[in-house]
Amino acid sequence: MTVGLGHYLTVAAILFVFGVFGIFLNRKNVIIILMSIELMLLAVNINLVAFSTFQGDMAGQVLAMFVLTVAAAEAAIGLAILVVYFRSRGSIAVEDINQMKG
Amino acid sequence: MNGETLNLLPALPELILAIGGMALLMLGVFQGDKSYRQIANLSILLLLVCMVVMINQVGGDRDVTFNGMFVTDAFAVFAKTLVYLGSAVAILIAGKFLSEHGIAKFEYPVLIVFATLGMLIMVSANNLMSLYVGLELQSLSLYVLAAMNRDRLRSTEAGLKYFVLGALSSGMLLYGISLIYGFSGTTDFDVLATSIKGAESMSIGIVIGMVFLLAGLAFKVSAVPFHMWTPDVYEGSPTPVTAFFAAAPKVAAMALLVRVLINGFPGMVAEWQQIIVFISIASMLVGSFVALVQTNIKRLMAYSSIGHIGYALVGVAAGTQDGIEAVLVYLAIYLTMTLGAFAAILTMRKNDGMVENIEDLAGLSTTNLPMAVAISIFMFSLAGIPLLAGFFGKWFIFLAAVEAGMIPLAIIGFLASVVACYYYLRVVKVMFFDESAGAFEGGQGQAVSAVVGVSALVNSPVSFLLIGSLGSAAAWAANSLLF
Repeated sequence: MTVGLGHYLTVAAILFVFGVFGIFLNRKNVIIILMSIELMLLAVNINLVAFSTFQGDMAGQVLAMFVLTVAAAEAAIGLAILVVYFRSRGSIAVEDINQMKG
Repeated sequence: MNGETLNLLPALPELILAIGGMALLMLGVFQGDKSYRQIANLSILLLLVCMVVMINQVGGDRDVTFNGMFVTDAFAVFAKTLVYLGSAVAILIAGKFLSEHGIAKFEYPVLIVFATLGMLIMVSANNLMSLYVGLELQSLSLYVLAAMNRDRLRSTEAGLKYFVLGALSSGMLLYGISLIYGFSGTTDFDVLATSIKGAESMSIGIVIGMVFLLAGLAFKVSAVPFHMWTPDVYEGSPTPVTAFFAAAPKVAAMALLVRVLINGFPGMVAEWQQIIVFISIASMLVGSFVALVQTNIKRLMAYSSIGHIGYALVGVAAGTQDGIEAVLVYLAIYLTMTLGAFAAILTMRKNDGMVENIEDLAGLSTTNLPMAVAISIFMFSLAGIPLLAGFFGKWFIFLAAVEAGMIPLAIIGFLASVVACYYYLRVVKVMFFDESAGAFEGGQGQAVSAVVGVSALVNSPVSFLLIGSLGSAAAWAANSLLF
């Protein structure tokens, strides 16, 4: 069996759905949400690199590098906000993020 | 571009802003926290200089650079002017509030400058890559701004919520980009448009990708069903930051949405029109009905902005040149209304700090009549009462929708704005007919008073004089988009 484009897209789609569900279904703590976000972005990277390879076009890989860079910046900012939040709330449990309704 | 020199002129204002922003950051770091005043003034100056350079040097002719990734045209000039003004005003009105809350840090103006840079790239994006990079530059700056009052729980919680939901929407947008790239083989809007038009049958992959892309962008403009972050972030963030969120980023994201749909997917109008019509109707209804029960004025403004985005999307749904023109007029008017209203909210201060409840405005007409009149003008204008600026915005939007044959959409919009009148008028009623709840402390600074005064004037019936030139500028801008 050869591994074709469809296989890569399936793996990426599954990872992406895991990431989305990790954000919505997780009731424990915010770190897991940050990990889910990374999972989503990496799923996109698999998509991009797979498309790029099968089309013989470099643009997708260039975009994948941008996504990696932005994901790093995003993780840094997310963790920084989380630390500030922890200092004033004393907890990072998802159910404790309830100062404002909604 | 091999061997040719890179033409940087179209991106000149952005380059100046990027270098200027980094220089201001260095200046702030070396001078320490006391430099807030100086950095804030320099940032406003920098934004205005870039705006003048853009209008004088770049102009309204269509020009692309960076291998077609960055485009400038009359549409971009119009939207960017609004972005520059919104950002400059957000810095201008913040000084007093920030120093009172002990957060007058030089990072505030610097972050606004970087967010503005992101917005300018969004407006000028002609490629899915520059779209993504611009959007992230803007979003990352905004997450930090929301959490800026880091000793206050609500502010950090607003930042955290905004970050999580914003990252989720970026993920969806990016997944959409990857599918569009994969099934069309390009990320360039112009190439994308021709390849979709030339295709025998619609590729289902591109349609799914476009839906994901629209979901991500709908989040950025806070359109229903992706609006759930808006009320919490508006309520929790420091008020000047909320004023900024409600103004410039909305304009930039709408301009980006219009450019993607009109330039990138002109061959798929039937597909995206359904989606835009749905989110437009949902935003108008949620913006009208949920706002009825709000007691906090910042939450009220959040639902109000959701509703206004819904009206602006009516013009996008029309998809005609008149529709785009109406969207641009609407955004310009929305910018003045929102900035004025938030500047007025900044004056709601009593001895024990800022107050944010609508009840606190009670009897304002007896204690501070000019402010009560100004807030009434903003509320009437937001409601779209005839003779005020907000009415013209809605008029152009509904006219464009009717001319494009979308009469049911225009009727729903009209009914939603009637419902919305109730909560805007309630604010006016509280100010003029309720027992006084005590005067506000004065001394919010001349800048805030000036912003309130000027935007109240612009929104008052004086707008009759301005609407003609605004309309022709918007027509010039919309014309350049459709070539």
